[in-house]
Amino acid sequence: MIVTAPSSRKLGHRVALPAAAAGVAALVVLSLFVGAYDLTADAFGGEMFFISRVPRTLALVLAGCAMAVSGLIMQLLTQNRFVEPSTTGTSEWAALGLLVTVLLAPGAPLLVRMVVASVAAFVGTMIFIGILRRISLRSSLVVPLIGIMLGAVVSAFTTYLAVSTNSLQMLGTWFMGSFTSIVRGRYEVLWVVAIVVLLVFLYADRITVAGLGRDIATSVGLDHTRVMLIGTGLVAVATGVTTVVVGFLPFLGLVVPNLVSMWRGDNARANLPWVCLGGVAIVVVCDIVGRVIRMPFEVPVSMILGVVGSAVFITLLLRMRARG
Amino acid sequence: MAEVLTRPAPARALRRPRIVARFGILALIVVAAAVGVLTWNVPGEPGSRAFWLAVNLRVVSVATIALVACCQAVATVLFHTATANRILTPSIMGFDALYVVMQTALVFFFGSSALSATDGLLKVVVQSVLMVGFATLLYGWLFAGRRGNLHIMLLVGVVLGVGFGSLSTVMQRLLTPSDFDVLSARLFGNLSNSDAEYLPWGALVVAVVLVIVWRARHRLDVLALGREASVNLGLAYRREVVGMLVLVAVLISVSTTMVGPMTFFGFLVATLAYQLAGSAQHRVVLPFAVLLGMATLLGGYFVLRHVFYAAGMLSIIIEFVGGVFFLVYLLRKGSL
Repeated sequence: MIVTAPSSRKLGHRVALPAAAAGVAALVVLSLFVGAYDLTADAFGGEMFFISRVPRTLALVLAGCAMAVSGLIMQLLTQNRFVEPSTTGTSEWAALGLLVTVLLAPGAPLLVRMVVASVAAFVGTMIFIGILRRISLRSSLVVPLIGIMLGAVVSAFTTYLAVSTNSLQMLGTWFMGSFTSIVRGRYEVLWVVAIVVLLVFLYADRITVAGLGRDIATSVGLDHTRVMLIGTGLVAVATGVTTVVVGFLPFLGLVVPNLVSMWRGDNARANLPWVCLGGVAIVVVCDIVGRVIRMPFEVPVSMILGVVGSAVFITLLLRMRARG
Repeated sequence: MAEVLTRPAPARALRRPRIVARFGILALIVVAAAVGVLTWNVPGEPGSRAFWLAVNLRVVSVATIALVACCQAVATVLFHTATANRILTPSIMGFDALYVVMQTALVFFFGSSALSATDGLLKVVVQSVLMVGFATLLYGWLFAGRRGNLHIMLLVGVVLGVGFGSLSTVMQRLLTPSDFDVLSARLFGNLSNSDAEYLPWGALVVAVVLVIVWRARHRLDVLALGREASVNLGLAYRREVVGMLVLVAVLISVSTTMVGPMTFFGFLVATLAYQLAGSAQHRVVLPFAVLLGMATLLGGYFVLRHVFYAAGMLSIIIEFVGGVFFLVYLLRKGSL
């Protein structure tokens, strides 16, 4: 583990973070002014800006941050580089929770849906961690494989439920991670994930230590079970809320933390701002591409993310292979 | 090679009748279910013209089911043996996503006329050649070299599957609605409404693959012993594994064309076959898995269609049962 960078590079790093932040800010501003509706065309443009563009861009920033940080926490907790909400079944559990709420109580307010989705995500993640504890693994690469199969089981059940209640089509539009329908009044709950990210900043060191295992954590005076529960809970809330408002955002939590720690080493708390910035940058770029590629129609961000993310992830894997 | 693997004579003599009996029971179930699907509740007197018309229509369903069961069962067993695991299934590796992305790319770059221009034999040949070529390149490359690692190959396969899925959805979004209609009608059939024209060609491809697999059954037994043992016994390990994966790709492409993607059906059938076949040799496991697959699909189809009147739900229910089965298996198994 590289905890501290060599001192000669420290100055460079001190400048790097504000520079990167400025770059991401530029992307965010760009996102505010890209779209099918010409803001300067008529007097309505200014109002449109605050109804559609601003909420959409804020949602991009919040969701990008949340999913990237969720990936980082899960990787710390399981000490495995290949886990994130979509490779552990967490997102699928959140989707199941959401569908069940809508079926049982069609009129339930957004808050109830979010709570149920988050609880389902929490249960699902605990099941995954429980399975990991029960079986002994020959290779760390098996962990995401189990998680993906687990997610497939859950989504088979969700599909079954949806088909038998005639809501399959609804399911498809819901979980297609897309910011198209984000307008004022529909994204505000995403601010919850800002609180989650803040808590992660406070808890980063403890989560890192908890990931080293029960024995080490206890011997340095940490309540291992509590930190595990809090970490999983934070991930579950972030995933649940993002799934309800936006849908699935695949690979974000996988690619960003891995790229950051390849470049900067494994100091979780120092990497956190970078992970946030990286997540925001990737989501914003993918969303802008999705808006521009086929104007005036839009390609959902999750599809662009799926293509780009899988390409980056495979490159990472093959580089790892080349180095042995 | 066969001599190396066969058991001592007395044990074999004891086991053989049991295996034969199990095969017999399973074959009976398959025949009964097939006859049931064909003749149950047919309008008209048995033997009359109307009767035979109805039966002829149902033959297509039965043949499709038999073919799909064959594809899924053999593909999953091959995949399990080649990758030395019994947890993953071919579809999680993105074999069906590979098929979908190839079909979508065809329409995307050449228009929907390209799809109808390549019908019949030409389509089957082109499609099989493309699948074989692409799978050989991909898995050969991933698995090549000193550092070729099975787990990395699996994970890359899974991620590729997701990537291919996204890529084909992006391309499908960019198609004109009429092109998309043609494409989606081509991509996914379902069990009760499959493409009768494609059936003979699909059967031909599957027959060729099955002959190759059957001739390789003893080599598969060696492969199942793991990398070190098979290299020791003089098997070209890497070439065999890539070859088997290519065959899996072809089988899955046929199955996906006929009924769309299935994730857990193959897992269900293969796992039950390992438990029930009474032998680990591929010459027993492979036919047993095929029979088991046919019995499950035909039986399920019969019950759903004639008892619950919900034939369209079959693949979803099988997926769900298979998924639950998978979870139970995973929790009971100690290591991976």
